[in-house]
Amino acid sequence: MTTDMLGKRVKRVEDQRLITGKGRYVDDIKLQSMAHCAILRSPYAHASIRSIDTSAAKAMPGVLDVMVGADIPYNPLPMAWPAGGSAGLKNNVNSPRALATDSVKWTGEGVAAVVAETPEQALDAVEAIAVDWEPLPTVVDAEKATQPGAPQLHENAPSNIVFEWSVGDRDGTAAAIDGAEVVVRQRLVNQRLIPNPMETRGDIGWYNPGTDEYTIWMSSQTPHIQRLLLAAFVMGVPEHKIRCISPDVGGAFGTKIFTYADYPIVLLASKRLGGRPVKWIEGRRESYQATIHGRDHITYLEIAGKRDGEITGLRVKTYANLGGRLSTIGPGIPTTLYARVLSGCYRIPHVFAEVVGVYTNTVFVDAYRGAGRPEATYVVERAMDLFAAEIGMDPAEIRRRNFIAPDKFPYENPSGLGTASGGAKIYIDSGNYEPALDKALAMAGYADRAAAKGEARTRGKYLGVGLSSYIEVCGVAPSKWIGAVGEGWGAAMWESANIKVHLTGKVVVTMGTQPQGQGHETTYAQIVGHELGIPMEDIVVQHSDTQGTPFGYGSYGSRTSSVGSTAAIKAAGKIREKARRYAAHMLEASVDDIEVDGAEYRVKGSPDKKKTFQEIAFALDLAFDAPEGMEPYLDETAYHDTPNCTWPFGTHVAIVEIDEATGKVDLVKYVAVDDVGNKINPMIVDGQLHGGIVQGVGQALWEGAVYGDDGQLLSGSMLDYALPRASWLPNLELDETVTPSPVNPIGVKGVGEAGAIASTAAVANAVNDALKPFGIRHLDMPLTPQTVWKAMQAAKGAQA
Amino acid sequence: MAEHVSLVVNGVPREVDVEPRRLLVQLLREDLDLTGTHIACDTSQCGACTVTLDGKSVKSCTVLAVQADGANVTTIEGMATADGLHPLQAAFWENHGLQCGFCTPGMIMSAADLLARTTDPTDDEIRHAIAGNFCRCTGYQNIVTAIRAAATTVRAGAAG
Repeated sequence: MTTDMLGKRVKRVEDQRLITGKGRYVDDIKLQSMAHCAILRSPYAHASIRSIDTSAAKAMPGVLDVMVGADIPYNPLPMAWPAGGSAGLKNNVNSPRALATDSVKWTGEGVAAVVAETPEQALDAVEAIAVDWEPLPTVVDAEKATQPGAPQLHENAPSNIVFEWSVGDRDGTAAAIDGAEVVVRQRLVNQRLIPNPMETRGDIGWYNPGTDEYTIWMSSQTPHIQRLLLAAFVMGVPEHKIRCISPDVGGAFGTKIFTYADYPIVLLASKRLGGRPVKWIEGRRESYQATIHGRDHITYLEIAGKRDGEITGLRVKTYANLGGRLSTIGPGIPTTLYARVLSGCYRIPHVFAEVVGVYTNTVFVDAYRGAGRPEATYVVERAMDLFAAEIGMDPAEIRRRNFIAPDKFPYENPSGLGTASGGAKIYIDSGNYEPALDKALAMAGYADRAAAKGEARTRGKYLGVGLSSYIEVCGVAPSKWIGAVGEGWGAAMWESANIKVHLTGKVVVTMGTQPQGQGHETTYAQIVGHELGIPMEDIVVQHSDTQGTPFGYGSYGSRTSSVGSTAAIKAAGKIREKARRYAAHMLEASVDDIEVDGAEYRVKGSPDKKKTFQEIAFALDLAFDAPEGMEPYLDETAYHDTPNCTWPFGTHVAIVEIDEATGKVDLVKYVAVDDVGNKINPMIVDGQLHGGIVQGVGQALWEGAVYGDDGQLLSGSMLDYALPRASWLPNLELDETVTPSPVNPIGVKGVGEAGAIASTAAVANAVNDALKPFGIRHLDMPLTPQTVWKAMQAAKGAQA
Repeated sequence: MAEHVSLVVNGVPREVDVEPRRLLVQLLREDLDLTGTHIACDTSQCGACTVTLDGKSVKSCTVLAVQADGANVTTIEGMATADGLHPLQAAFWENHGLQCGFCTPGMIMSAADLLARTTDPTDDEIRHAIAGNFCRCTGYQNIVTAIRAAATTVRAGAAG
């Protein structure tokens, strides 16, 4: 048994159960006397509810209960992150109720819930509910929704505007643009996406009348936050009377951060049944209509600079579609997490961004892998390419010329968090962008691209090369930012860890973070094993249950490795220090004379006088010889709040070939050089990058959530929404540079989102590069064969 | 209106009474508590419910339970033997071929179908063999690596 596995490609401890069919996801759980819930969802995107007749449904076989909005005594779901945070910017907030009462704002908003003995009976009864609808006019496009005459969704939101928020230097940027040698303008659509974790959401609610306590099993990234929000904002039940458990979670990508209507529904349903557990499992088509979507920006971009390639100004106006009502942190995504990193890895002196959050008759939009940062990267990386094309410069050269130099850190970007109101100043703390660019270019054979394009033409293909140099603000992070700066969600962002050492020397680590496939049980064991000098096999990592784990804010925003790991390291440090003090007692030496080498605690200069960690744990547990004032047992908890976010970066290069006859785009080569700092488990890091990159490729080439003008979701099933398939992809080529993060003791940055942040722009740039011979300047995503073929035909027609 | 279904699942004869509309995947999950076979869509696109039926892989959401009457079904729970993990299971573990694990059982069963047809597949053949199985976590790369590695193990076993 090797004790020090930190930084090694260690096989995951989670996998044994998952490869043998013994994982335990919510739908795998069966409880005694469990009933089943199904939800009636609106077939209209915008309608008033005149009346609901549930009598026929109630008479159906097996039906135990039917609830409508009026039966739910709870508050609307919380919207926790307004644009501008607590600083006072006006947000016209409408958040969903557990079940709609008077009107619906999107196809799929829940209006009634049936509870029956079996799932099939519940679904059958849902169809027997008669709703008297009054359909209303609809609008699904965020820009159109703000125009005069557009259908109005909410009385308190004139022109369907949730907020109008801006950041940066308005006048300075205007002057930079007005006085620039070259200005390039472009309208960009960052299309709506359906996140598609393979496990849909689902939950089981159980009310125990004997204790007046609620338990909910939920497929969630944030069980502790959900308990807090359900208690304090939705149900009005004391927090200690609610227990949230997330068993194995089958992927999430942001979708499972939020408070959803089904949580209070299954808990109330169980209470109304006198304590029978009630299960609700979301179908896939239902998920497409009822779980959050991502992205959906329309952006007007202006980039200004000199003919020598120096960029002097960047201005954007973005319409962010937030859906028919607001999800938990919807407004925070296109503001703080988007516009504040808009200038990316570039030294652009003047940046101004205006963001309009908009209601439309679509399901709510919230954080999807990358959350704001992929949208920002897409804007700036398309802008760099458009500007380079305008002045006839190599896209690699324009990036190189404008990178923030390595000696400029900590760097305050002009729209960044250093300019936020309030106390905290968050800067980009580290970076060295050029080596990653150089390495990526070399791997991609960038210098030979002209020859490659010529060769492709002999095969009826147009070859394109696209770059994406990105930074990411992740490892979110400091409570002083997220809580106090006047821009956050008024909550903390620390993490927690508890370590208990049994008398046998076996270790239980409990964490406040919540995995969804990232392998936390492995990586935390690697860290704690390293800190305590014990083998991973002696450690078990527990999480995901508010009963028995310390409070934590969950896993999203690539924060677990930076914030959670540091909490685990601190807890292990406390354990080690107490063990050291006790070793001194056992060895009759002074504490200062005890040196620790792995699991061995020995007296300096007397190598034979030593105790093992296991011997110390045993003696300290039995405690018959504990010195005065020392508590028995090794059991320590640590909380960690970081001084800063982390700032991964890198350059990705995509090479595509377009078939001239069909417009089909093939991704033929993909190179990624990422700097995510040090790595706890490089195998897991690679896996995170692979998955993120392919999700971003999916956006560039295939994926798109499409609503008809009537608000019907046309991409309403997996048949209609084009998810990446194995046969559509090449092997990805990964490499790295390593610039350790200064904000945590192991120098890690987080990697869950990096791939998705970088790859969309790289592939889109490659396709647009391939289309240059047609005189095509920009095509919006997804760059499907139809889109590309039509553009090529139109260009040929124009040239003829 | 229950229908009677007799079938062999993972080598064990089973007798089940089901509603006529019951799907094979529901029979496996609900009636037999074999929850390793997952449901991730409702349009037979995702492949999470893939099992083998009389030796060939099927999406068990496209098979009515009554159609499996008399059949021999293998699920992910039937892949490991007393000798240990199936080479595919071992290779998925060794090569980080899974993250959240939700698609993994179906992915392994589809790969088993491929390896039953050829033990020396090219990467292209592997990618096409699993084109009916969605994975949202891995970008498929380590799944392809795992299947290639499992094929090598199977070939070595056959040669040995």
